[in-house]
Amino acid sequence: MLTDLNLDLSASGKLSNVAPLLIDRPAGRAEAIAEIKISARGVNMWYGSKQALFDVDLEIPDRTVTALIGPSGCGKSTFLRTMNRMNDAILGARMEGDILFDGTDIYKGNVDPVQLRAQVGMVFQKPNPFPKSVYDNVAYGPRIHGIALSKEALDEIVEISLQKAGLWDEVKDRLQDSGTSLSGGQQQRLVIARAIAVSPEVILMDEPASALDPIATGRIEELIHELRENYCIVIVTHSMQQAARVSQRTAFFHMGTLIEAGDTADVFSNPLQQKTQDYISGRFG
Amino acid sequence: MTDRQSLDGMAAPNWNDPAIQGRLKRRHRGASLLRLGGIVAIAIALGLLALLLGSILSIGLKAFSQTVAEIDVPISTEYVDLENLEDSNWTRLAQDGVATLYPDDATGRRDQRYRNILSRGGLNAVRGAIEEQVIADPSLVGQSVRVSVQLSDPFDQFAKGVVRRDTPEDMRRITNDEIAMYDGLVAEGRISRVFNTWLFTNGDSRFPEMAGLAAGLRGSAMALMVCLIISFPIGIGTAIYLEEFAPKNWLTYMIEVNINNLAAVPSIVFGLLGLAVLLNFFGLPRSAPLVGGMVLALMTLPTIIIATRAALKAVPPSIREGAMGIGASPMQVVTHHVLPLAMPGILTGTIIGMAAALGETAPLLLIGMNMFSTDLPGSVFDQATALPTQIFMWFDSPELGFVSRTAAAIIVLLGFLLMMNATAIFIRSKLERKW
Repeated sequence: MLTDLNLDLSASGKLSNVAPLLIDRPAGRAEAIAEIKISARGVNMWYGSKQALFDVDLEIPDRTVTALIGPSGCGKSTFLRTMNRMNDAILGARMEGDILFDGTDIYKGNVDPVQLRAQVGMVFQKPNPFPKSVYDNVAYGPRIHGIALSKEALDEIVEISLQKAGLWDEVKDRLQDSGTSLSGGQQQRLVIARAIAVSPEVILMDEPASALDPIATGRIEELIHELRENYCIVIVTHSMQQAARVSQRTAFFHMGTLIEAGDTADVFSNPLQQKTQDYISGRFG
Repeated sequence: MTDRQSLDGMAAPNWNDPAIQGRLKRRHRGASLLRLGGIVAIAIALGLLALLLGSILSIGLKAFSQTVAEIDVPISTEYVDLENLEDSNWTRLAQDGVATLYPDDATGRRDQRYRNILSRGGLNAVRGAIEEQVIADPSLVGQSVRVSVQLSDPFDQFAKGVVRRDTPEDMRRITNDEIAMYDGLVAEGRISRVFNTWLFTNGDSRFPEMAGLAAGLRGSAMALMVCLIISFPIGIGTAIYLEEFAPKNWLTYMIEVNINNLAAVPSIVFGLLGLAVLLNFFGLPRSAPLVGGMVLALMTLPTIIIATRAALKAVPPSIREGAMGIGASPMQVVTHHVLPLAMPGILTGTIIGMAAALGETAPLLLIGMNMFSTDLPGSVFDQATALPTQIFMWFDSPELGFVSRTAAAIIVLLGFLLMMNATAIFIRSKLERKW
């Protein structure tokens, strides 16, 4: 059962020699993993004529933190953005393959990317609160989706979201202050609260702590750890320590190809591929 | 300092070498020359600007005051209909009032020789003033009402020192007799100089002392309003589409290039377009602010589009991504986030475009907005004139009074432009958000 979660590289053909190893990998220390939330099948991605992703197959389990690691330009952010169709907005971006979200292909005609993005929330590298009040930042999503029907319900959503993001105690007396007046770490938690407010099932995080100082980074990591209980989280990170600290699953990308994926502990302590070994031991990247 | 061996045997520079020192000195000299050149250029520009403003102000400020004569108009019961004041013979009362200024001639009638002192429109002004005052306060009947009447332009200029007493009589438009008469009025204390409110309340007139800018101001305001109503929504809509939604292909590229080209088309060409298409083909009314505004809108559109696109571009993509990332539709991303953030830039660009349109003359001349209009336009369909075309027409008039009035009108126009640009700067500095 657990082995099904591993990357089936045989499909890509190129790396078929490693497939048996993946299947042989023991269940290991991974915690009991819930059902698969997102699975990518044969994803190819182009920006104009430049191919950014090559035949990526990856299964992402629910209520788990999955870290995407790899050197700059390896396609990990690109892959992240295929999961809520954020690449749609990029000119010249073209995608092939399937991304199944709860078994539904999100690139098929009847899936509305606008609604998809409410279910698959996203947090970006640079904190990007709207230049509105803290309250309005969090309330924006519920308002446009018509989730809260009364002022009281909206107040409640805002409070709960901020609490879940660990920001409530710091901002409860200044909800009307501008979101941009908060510190960088607070802004990033505000953005997470904003994503939570529309009750997403998945939260995609694109290097959420790379613009923050170590203390703020620590808070975000704690937060990610807490959020894992309720959400499927996919995080792109440059920091292997961070990947090791916050994630249960890790996928290593290199030059647009998924090299290896598995339980974080296994990938870090016992990588199957030489490239993974080289990267996590700091020989390149 | 001892010689230091550089890496890989590369020769270390000897900073004390006179050649190096000399080059350094030359580089510094180059920098200070460039600075000096810049300062000189700015000084020349400021000097020319000061010269221009100085000459306009020195000529134009005179027109902001007007010499008037105080007349005591007796409200004789003979001509007043107490039952129905409106039907009184106000004209006769005004004529008699004006006549009190002058000595009777041999036949006991008003001496026509002196009628040139007062403005030719003066009689109407007196008539209007007494009618208004007496109807407002009927107890004035039987007493006399004091009204002030503009002096005619030659005497206004004489009072202001533009026309001199020591100029030979045959070289000036006023005779020595008239000057003697005028001196008598001055001695009686009837001549004074007041602020020229007529400049802002009157329409155009053949007599400089009666001519005002009101018709031009109203016409310009109407044309600008039409221009704004047309160009603001279309310009913003175009910019949003091109910037946020349009695919990048050769068609949109061509559109972009042509919008930039439109911004450089001489304004008179837009005037010709207005004449050929709007007037001759669609048969819209000639000289109307409606057509003027439409032509100005064509000119303003590229400015607004370019400014709006720049403002939209300046909104950080992270805001768009953030909104998109929680499921805002493309329309919501634009209307809720991008547009409000770009608004200061859009408004600034629009106001600057409007300011350019306000000063535009050539296209208005071609569609006939240089008409002589004593009345203010009532609607955008009425014939009207505009501020810059009014300047153009006054500049062409031979009377001495129009020289200073032309300059005064330029001052008013510059005042409006200054106000609009100041508003733009204010908006830019106050509303602009930091993120």
